[in-house]
Order: sequence, then C-alpha cells, then structure tokens
Amino acid sequence: MDNFIEVKNVTFGYKDYDNNNILNETCVINNISFNVRKGEFLALLGHNGSGKSTLAKMFNGMITPDKGEILIEGIRSDDEDRKYEIRSKVGLVFQNPDNQIVASIVEEDVAFGPENLGVPPKEIRERVDEALKAVDMYEYRNFAPHKLSGGQKQRTAIAGIIAMQPDCIVLDEPTAMLDPKGRAEVMSTIKKLNKEKNITVILITHYMDEAAAADRVIVIDNGDLLIDDTPKKVFSHVKLLKEHGLDVPQSAEIAYMLKGGKENDELPINRHRCVEYIVELLNNN
Amino acid sequence: MSLLEVKNLTYSYGVGTPFEKKALDNVSVNINAGEFIGVIGHTGSGKSTLMQMLNGLLKPERGQVFLNGNDINAPKNNIRNIRFKVGLVFQYPEHQLFDDTVRKDISFGPRNMGLSEEEIDERVISAAEFVGLKRELLDKSPFELSGGEKRRAAIAGVISMEPDIIIFDEPTAGLDPNGRNYLLERINDYHKTKGKTVILVSHSMEDIAKYAQKVLVLNKGRIEMFDETKIVFSQVEKLDSMGLRVPQITYIMNKLKEYGYDVSGGVLTVEEAYKELNRLLCRKRGEKC
Repeated sequence: MDNFIEVKNVTFGYKDYDNNNILNETCVINNISFNVRKGEFLALLGHNGSGKSTLAKMFNGMITPDKGEILIEGIRSDDEDRKYEIRSKVGLVFQNPDNQIVASIVEEDVAFGPENLGVPPKEIRERVDEALKAVDMYEYRNFAPHKLSGGQKQRTAIAGIIAMQPDCIVLDEPTAMLDPKGRAEVMSTIKKLNKEKNITVILITHYMDEAAAADRVIVIDNGDLLIDDTPKKVFSHVKLLKEHGLDVPQSAEIAYMLKGGKENDELPINRHRCVEYIVELLNNN
Repeated sequence: MSLLEVKNLTYSYGVGTPFEKKALDNVSVNINAGEFIGVIGHTGSGKSTLMQMLNGLLKPERGQVFLNGNDINAPKNNIRNIRFKVGLVFQYPEHQLFDDTVRKDISFGPRNMGLSEEEIDERVISAAEFVGLKRELLDKSPFELSGGEKRRAAIAGVISMEPDIIIFDEPTAGLDPNGRNYLLERINDYHKTKGKTVILVSHSMEDIAKYAQKVLVLNKGRIEMFDETKIVFSQVEKLDSMGLRVPQITYIMNKLKEYGYDVSGGVLTVEEAYKELNRLLCRKRGEKC
C-alpha cells in the first residue's frame, strides 16, 4: 500500500512570545516518525496533553513542524503555495459539532465546502446529495441543524467534509459529546466511508472500544510514539497502557485477568469475540 | 420523608410557538439522603431539563419539587437558599470560570452564602484539596490552568458550598481515562466521606455501573426505570430499544448466562466478572479458590 501521509522526525512546541522573543516553549511532539497508508483506518490514542490534537492539526498544515517534515502525498505540509491542495486532500472533524456547522439548513451547510472550492452548482448539488446519503442524513437535508440530535449534527459535519471529496478524514474525538446511540451512528459512518469509499481515516479518541475497530493503533505519550501496532496487539499491553494513563476495552481486560495477567497477543477486543473467548476457556480448561 | 421529592413534573420548551416540545412528561421520583444516583438517557430524553428543575433553574409547568418537604418554587422559599443546598455542575463547567484568580472563583459561592472571611478561606482550601488542585494554583488566573485543572477548579466552586445534593452533568466528557477515573473517585469520596447525595448524569455506562447505587433511566421525557443498578443493567434489550447500551462486561456476562453458564446477570465491573469466572474455572479444575 502507498503511503498517504509521511511523518518524518517531527518535533513541535507551543511558544509564548513577548514581541519577537520566545519566553517559554512547551515541547508537545518529540521527534516522531510514522506513515499513514492510503485507505487505512488508523486510531491515535494518548492521554490529555499527549500531543494527539496537535498532530491532528499537522496533517493538513494548520500547524507546521518546528523540525522534521510532514508529506501529504509527497507535498510538504508547510508549502504555502499548495496549502489549498493539501486542505482539499485532508479534512478535519472536531469534537463539538456546534462549532463546525455554519449554515441554517443541513444541505446548505454541507454545500459550504464545495462552494468555497469553486465547484460548479450542478456538481455541488450532486456532491451534497451523495455526501448526505453516505452519512445517512439525506432525509434530513432540509432540517435546521439545531433541531438535530448530537449524532445527527456530527454526521452532518462529516458530510460537509465528504462533499469536498478529501482522500483522508481526520477526526478529533468526534464522539466525545454524544450518547451511546450517536456514538454508534458516527462510528458506523466512519467505518463505512473507510471500507466503501476507501477514504483514509485517522481517528483520535479516548474510547478504547472505538480504537479497537481500527486497522492500526498508534499510542502517543508525552510527545513520543509509544506503540504502533494492530489493535489486538496494542491492547494486549494491558500493564503498559495502564501505566501511561490509558485503558483497554473491558473485553481485553477480563481476558487478561483470566489468563493470570500475562501479556498475550491473542486478547479479544470486542464483546462478541470476548464471549467466544471465555466460552472456549470454560470448555477447554 | 425523602430528601428530594419530585411530583408529576411536566415541562415544555417553546410553549405557544410551532416548536413546542414536551421535555418532561409527568415525572415523579423520590431521592433519599445519601444516595448515589446515576441518570442515563439518550440526547433529548429530558435529563438536563430535569436536573435544572431540581434546583429551581427551570420552573415546572406543572408539578412540584420538594426539598426536605418544602416546595422549592413556593413564593415563601428563597430560591437562592435552595441553590446552596442543591449544587449543579454543568457539562464543560470550565466554561463558567469567570474571576481573575482561581481563589476568587472558588470563593464566589461561599461568599454569596454570607460566610465569614475565615470560613470562606477554609472552604476554598478544603474544596481545592478535595478535587486535587495544588495550592499554588489558587492565586493564578483560571486561564493559566490546563484543561483538567480548569475543570477541577470549576467543580471546587460548587463543592465549596458543601451542598447536600450535588448534581454532575457529564463531568468527565473529554477527559482521558486517568482524568476520568480520578474525578469519579473524588466524586465517590464526596458521597462516601461526607455522606452527601450525588446525582451523576453520564453517557458512559461503565462509569454509571461502577459508582451508582441506583439508576434512573429517562426516555422521551418519561421515567422508564428507576431501580438498583444491577437490575437496570440486566435489561439489555429494553435499554437497547431506548438507544442505550449496557457496559461491555455486563453484556458479556449476560450472554454467558444466556448460554447456560452459572454466572449472575447484571454484573457491573470487570473485578466482579473476574471473581465469578475464576470461580467457574477453579471448579472445573477441581480446585478451591
């Protein structure tokens, strides 16, 4: 698989300025390298302040590295002349849908992106319809956004990104404010876009069960890359993750405890697999 | 007599407009002193509306709320005094920090209660300590704090009033697992050591399962269930039909029970599940556990 995003030895710190002098610098990303493959579903985990959201904003050049470089399909993220090209390739969805919705009608909101890209009206119509159908919001196209549930609003925000036809969507805790049903809706939308439209997905989350649905999980800790592996393998490091202030899905945790607390790369990471796992354990022991 | 008695509460938004919507429909519930109540329900089920009526922020369209037997909305009752007794921590409470130092912000409540300066000082320090806010942060501007510290400061502002009932509306949204556990442990402590009544609204079924003694389930403005946590979470399908889930571990154990294994339904934590499953494994191996 081709690399879509290449992160090469990236270092970044937030700075306090006084005139032009740097007063204070807080290092957030510390010499990190990894690649995101085309069509991949990648989850990023890390505690609050670990640098995840900073990294998210780097994927489309909203923040550029102090040292090292980020390449998006070969384009450097700090290439000012090609900024719009990068932004049309990588779309960002944030935690609070209320902060990203600009229009008073759902379909107008979704049209906002393509309108700004100068897409012809007829094509905008097609893109909006297609995007709304992709997130299952087509029947709500004439609704006012404030009449929607949290999950519906967040799906509208995702449709607004899809209408710009990006190759990659970065979602920064998109389900943090949603109820269980809204979370499930957004997660199934994300998975569908990844599988059916082959859109590369980078999901930042605090919910371990959401990360378990990804193809690959990267754990960031204090600006360093801690683990980079498949969810099954990542969540088998129960002790390590807990030491770094993270958690594992309850399915992996109970299996881990029943195994006597040994690290094992075959831990179940969802509830259905866990039931099978325990049944097997109870029958074969 | 219950500490808090809610009788036939009804409330609608946008009355008289084409957008009129009934948020609460004839809701009655009793909450006793010292209980830890979890409140769950999908978005728009009426949770926040109900919570805002418990301390008189919203006035009922019909029905009454009694605190220690007094109707809180009766004209003779000073609603301000009710709010000192029923503290409400909103979602994202850090957005409400407003004063120029953390100390002043936390002292706002106690000062309005008319306490002496010494008492205010004492309350501020103990509230800050309680939420795990370092003392050197007290004289900083709230805006110099990290996100997690801001949230703690905001919660300390309510705790400093030492309300008899404290309501938390999704206190852990946006926090990482460590921050989540820490905050919930503090809330649990407030309940245990001070014997206060805690009402926790959350979308995290795992958190509700771990801490709440009883769970109130709201659906479309009505109370669907109000029972012991174990009993509520053993009703997987009913919760599912309301757009809610049970914790992963509860689902797993309920499934095993369904398959005929000798485990109890409504298991709420991984530790509990471990005990039950380990017992089965030991029995199988013919060992004693």
